[in-house]
Amino acid sequence: MSLRTLAAILALALLFSTCGRGEKGEVRFDAPPRYGFGRPATVAEIRAWDIDVMPDGTGLPPGSGTASQGAAIYVRKCAACHGKTGTEGPFDRLVGREPRQGFPFGRDPRSVKTIGNYWPYATTLYDYVQRAMPLDAPGSLKPDEVYSLVAFLLWRNEIIANTAVMNAATLPRVVMPAHDRFVTDNRRGGPEIR
Amino acid sequence: MTDAPLSRRALLAGAVGALGASGLRQARLAEAFGQAPAATVPPDPTKVPGAPLSPLGQRSPFERPRRIPIGSRQGSSLAPLQDLCGIVTPADLHFERHHAGVPAIDPQRYKLLIHGMVERPTVFDLAALKRFPSVSRPYFLECSGNGLPSYRNIRPDLSPQLIDGLTSTSEWTGVLLSTLFREVGVKGGATWFLAEGEDAAVMARSIPVDKGWDDGFIAYGQNGEALRPEQGYPARLLLPGWEGNANVKWIRRIELADRPFMTREETSKYTDPLSDDTARQFSFVMDAKSIITFPAYPVTLPRSGWWEINGIAWSGRGRISKVEVSTDAGRHWALAELQTPVLPKCHTRFRYLWNWDGADTTLLSRAVDETGYVQPTLDELRAARGRGTTYHFNHIRAWTVRRDGTVVFGLEG
Repeated sequence: MSLRTLAAILALALLFSTCGRGEKGEVRFDAPPRYGFGRPATVAEIRAWDIDVMPDGTGLPPGSGTASQGAAIYVRKCAACHGKTGTEGPFDRLVGREPRQGFPFGRDPRSVKTIGNYWPYATTLYDYVQRAMPLDAPGSLKPDEVYSLVAFLLWRNEIIANTAVMNAATLPRVVMPAHDRFVTDNRRGGPEIR
Repeated sequence: MTDAPLSRRALLAGAVGALGASGLRQARLAEAFGQAPAATVPPDPTKVPGAPLSPLGQRSPFERPRRIPIGSRQGSSLAPLQDLCGIVTPADLHFERHHAGVPAIDPQRYKLLIHGMVERPTVFDLAALKRFPSVSRPYFLECSGNGLPSYRNIRPDLSPQLIDGLTSTSEWTGVLLSTLFREVGVKGGATWFLAEGEDAAVMARSIPVDKGWDDGFIAYGQNGEALRPEQGYPARLLLPGWEGNANVKWIRRIELADRPFMTREETSKYTDPLSDDTARQFSFVMDAKSIITFPAYPVTLPRSGWWEINGIAWSGRGRISKVEVSTDAGRHWALAELQTPVLPKCHTRFRYLWNWDGADTTLLSRAVDETGYVQPTLDELRAARGRGTTYHFNHIRAWTVRRDGTVVFGLEG
């Protein structure tokens, strides 16, 4: 191999190297550490968009609500799509604990997923309702309204008492019936069918 | 071919049989829309001047491929797989899946916020994103619910579009997430990021940071132009080989964290119940899959003889290494020809020349990817996952060709 060929190969290897400088990801050999594009985000704009709520309660705002407060809001803003008692539809069924034992969804195509029998985290309810519901006015509910609706739905699913107050401290402590049913993907490619 | 009832389809198919498959498709489309092509065609196009130049091209009025929308704002629309050739999906036929409609976003006001476990929380406008070094790469996208009717609700009158229309391939252009991650200084402890859209569902998914370092990018281009609104204009997340839902459209926010966020779409939806009373979560990768798109319902083969079987194969784990075709219900398998170049995590067109003897038979295709994964049978997949599982239906698809030339979905005993 001539020196020139070797140099060419080395140059090519550098150009397409994915770890040429001990960095992750594809890096062109001539890339600067930073380009300086974009501008610093302000605290206000982060706060305006950072709406997510995590299972440990991170992101939950001040406020509170109970099932009885939620019932009134539910009738006005939710029942048209999810039914009077959360079971009638026409859109997603929200309420139901059947079956009491087991988790037959993989075995039985007729089983219907609800908050009570399938959702693993109570905080997800808050996160989803405040970001996407109601369908015709997404993002319009105030924290007290969201807490109240979450309390109502958890009560209807026989997970909390109708007197329980849901807030940033209590909601993350609610343990959902399906909490332990979820397993991380174990498919890895190769000949095995999983 | 035996005598069949003289349906309109059979008449049409017979009339254009001499034109071969494309003529057949054309006739079927004309029939599907119940109307004659609108164009006026001179008896001899060489004897009159043609149409003038135009600022925006249109399809021939003889070609009327259409998506099939199911639902209005929360549903999906299926790409007409049987009307496509090669591997690229025209952008206006790319499948759709929205959770709260297609948002209208002003590119001048668009911004992408990256914050959380980063050294420098940063806002990028569209011009800033486009100023970074760019990549253009063809990848398939597929909704992980694609193929459901072939798993749960098998009917003979399913077309490739109705079975697997929730997949498309485009050449995507954008900036690598690894470039943006370095720019904002992603902290070492960050293992997940939330990707959040600017639609009315503010659709959000948790994504492992490693996928961003590996090959994820923010796309703003599709097939040589800006993204279509239905595909995330002005910018979307593109995670090659991963289920469509995780490729968040209209992306406006990325938050780095040390754990997943457990949004609705990765808990109550897009998880796969299994027969052992668990549900598989974060099942991002789309397993290898293939489907014959010709001949397929509702096509009728007007006569026996030579036909080119063709279809698409793809794998979220890399390249398709081979596609095998069976023309006798799985007793024998033969290698199909793969259209080159075979690209990783991209639709791959396969073709197989078949001399049909005119007898009843069943056509199958089976994809193998570069990891050695073999597309399973329906029984194998049901055994592994259960009959009630709700996403990732990549089993072998079967087309039964009857003596009268009709083709229907599924095995016929």
